[in-house]
Amino acid sequence: MIVAEWKPLPELLAGLKGYKNLLLVGCATCVAECAAGGEREVNTLAPTLHMALKNQGQDINIITRTLERACEPEFVEELAEIAPQVDAIMSLSCGIGMQLIAERFLDKPLLPGVNTTSLAIREAPGLWTARCRACGDCVLGETFGLCPVARCAKSLMNGPCGGTRKNGRCEVDENTDCIWYLIVERAKARGELESLNQVRQPKTWSNSAHGGPKRIVREDLRS
Amino acid sequence: MSSRVQTNLQKVLAAGHFAVTAEVGPPQGPNPEPVRAKAAILKGLADAYNVTDNQTAVVRMSSIAAAKILLDEGLEPVMQMTCRDRNRIAMQSDLLGASALGLKNVLALSGDHQKASGAGKLNGHPGAKNVYDVDSIQLLGIIKGLRDEARQQGGDAITEPAPFFIGAAWTPLGPPVEFRVPRLAKKIAAGADFVQTQAVFDLKAFAAQVKKAHEAGLTEKVAILAGIIVPRSAGMLTYMNKNVPGIEVPEALIARMKGAKDAKAEGMKVTVELIQAVRELPGVKGVHLQAIEAEELLAEVIPAAGLTPRPLV
Ligand code: SF4
Ligand code: SF4
Repeated sequence: MIVAEWKPLPELLAGLKGYKNLLLVGCATCVAECAAGGEREVNTLAPTLHMALKNQGQDINIITRTLERACEPEFVEELAEIAPQVDAIMSLSCGIGMQLIAERFLDKPLLPGVNTTSLAIREAPGLWTARCRACGDCVLGETFGLCPVARCAKSLMNGPCGGTRKNGRCEVDENTDCIWYLIVERAKARGELESLNQVRQPKTWSNSAHGGPKRIVREDLRS
Repeated sequence: MSSRVQTNLQKVLAAGHFAVTAEVGPPQGPNPEPVRAKAAILKGLADAYNVTDNQTAVVRMSSIAAAKILLDEGLEPVMQMTCRDRNRIAMQSDLLGASALGLKNVLALSGDHQKASGAGKLNGHPGAKNVYDVDSIQLLGIIKGLRDEARQQGGDAITEPAPFFIGAAWTPLGPPVEFRVPRLAKKIAAGADFVQTQAVFDLKAFAAQVKKAHEAGLTEKVAILAGIIVPRSAGMLTYMNKNVPGIEVPEALIARMKGAKDAKAEGMKVTVELIQAVRELPGVKGVHLQAIEAEELLAEVIPAAGLTPRPLV
C-alpha cells in the first residue's frame, strides 16, 4: 500500500490560518490501511484541529468526508456538492489523491494533511516497513524476493556493504534488517548462494522517476 | 592488473615488497595547510596515502583537491570515491579530472550513509538526498572501463585510456561472513587490483577469511592490504568492537590494553605485533594503517615495525 504519515499539528494549524470553513477529506483505501487518513483519522483530526484553533482564537467550521478512493475521479466527484461551501480543502489522502482533488477544485486551496512516505506493508500492528520504490526495473527475481532498492539504505545491487551489524541489522538503523543479510540467508536456504556471485551491472533508472515524469501509454487501451 | 599504470604503490607491490599505505582525512575547511602539515608528518612512511571522500558524510575538502595537495608535497595519494554523492556522470567526470591532475590510484567505496552523519558528534547533513546510482562494485567496473577500454559506462569512447590502479575496500568479518569472500571475488571480477581491509584485531578470524580467499585463488589476482588501526585505549577498542561494523576485537586484547600502565606505548606494541602477524599470512601483501586524527603515532609505529625506509622503485 501507499503509506502516509501525519504532518505535525503545528504545521497543520499554521496552514489553516485565516480560513473559516474547511473540508477535511480522507480516503478509505491505502491511507486508511496505514491508519493515517481513513474515516477514523478524519473523525479524530477534525475536533483536534477545531479545538486547537479555538484555543488560538480562530473559529473554524470543519466538514468531513471520506472518499472510497481519492485517486479515482468518479469518487472525487462526490465532493462537488460540498466544495463550494468551504474556503479550503485539507486532504489526508496520499499525494496522488491530493492532486486529483486539487485539479478538480481549482479555486480551492489544497492543504496536505499528511506526508506520503513509502510503498510499504503492515509488518505488525503499528509497524509499517518499506517494500518497493517503484524503481521501474524490478530485480526481485535475482534477489530471492527481497528488494535491495527500497530496503537497502544504499540501494546496493551486489551484496552487503561493510556496514552490516553483528546481529544482521543495517548500519543506518539498528531496528532495520540489512536486506542483503536476508538475501544471503534466503539464497543459502535455497542452496543457491552462488547465484549472487554474478556482478550486476549498473541499473537503468530511467523507467521510473529518473526518466522525467512518468507517462505510461498503452496503445491497445487508448480509444 | 593493467601494465599501463605505473603508480608507486603498484610498483612496490609488483616488486614483491610488503606495501604500506596510510590514511589522510581532509580538513573541514578551505585551507590547504592542514593537509600539508599531515603530509610533512607522514612523508616517507608509506608508499601511498588514502584521501577520504567526505567520510561519515561530513563535508570536508574534496578528496580530489586534497589528493592533489599531497601529490604536490611529494606523497602519492589514493583518491577515495564513494557512491553516495555522485551519479555515474559526475563520477566519470571526476575520474577524468583526477587522472589529468596526476591522481592514478583510486579506491571505490559505498560510502557512509548520510543519516549517520558525523557519527553522532557533528551535525552532518542527515537531511541530504543521496545518490547511489551505482554501487561500489559497479563503480569498480566503470573505472576499469575507462582504463581498459577507454570507454564510458554509457558506451561512448573517451579520447584515450585513463590509467588507474584500482582499489576497493574489504570487510572480511562483516556478516554474513560466508558472503565476504565471494564479495571479494566480485570486486576483483569488476576491476579491483588491490583491497584494503577493515581493521584487523581478531587475527584468527581474519586469517581464516584470508585463507579462504587464498585457496580460491583470489590472492593472486588482488593485493590484500590488511587494515590496522593503532589502538590508543581499552575504551577505544571496546567502542569499536561494539559500534563499528566488521570490527571484531578479542576480549583478551581489550583486557591487555586495560591492564597496561602506558596505554599509548601498549597500543604501539599491539600495532607492531599485528603488523608482524598479518605479514606472515600468505596472500597479505601489505598493511593499510590508520591512526584516526593522530598521524604522529604513525611516524613512530611504522619505523618501530621495521617498515622504513620505504623501497624506492
Ligand atoms: S526492484 Fe524496483 S520494482 Fe522491484 S520491488 Fe524493488 S523498487 Fe520495486
Ligand atoms: S548494512 Fe545492509 S542494508 Fe544497510 S546499507 Fe549496508 S548493505 Fe544496505
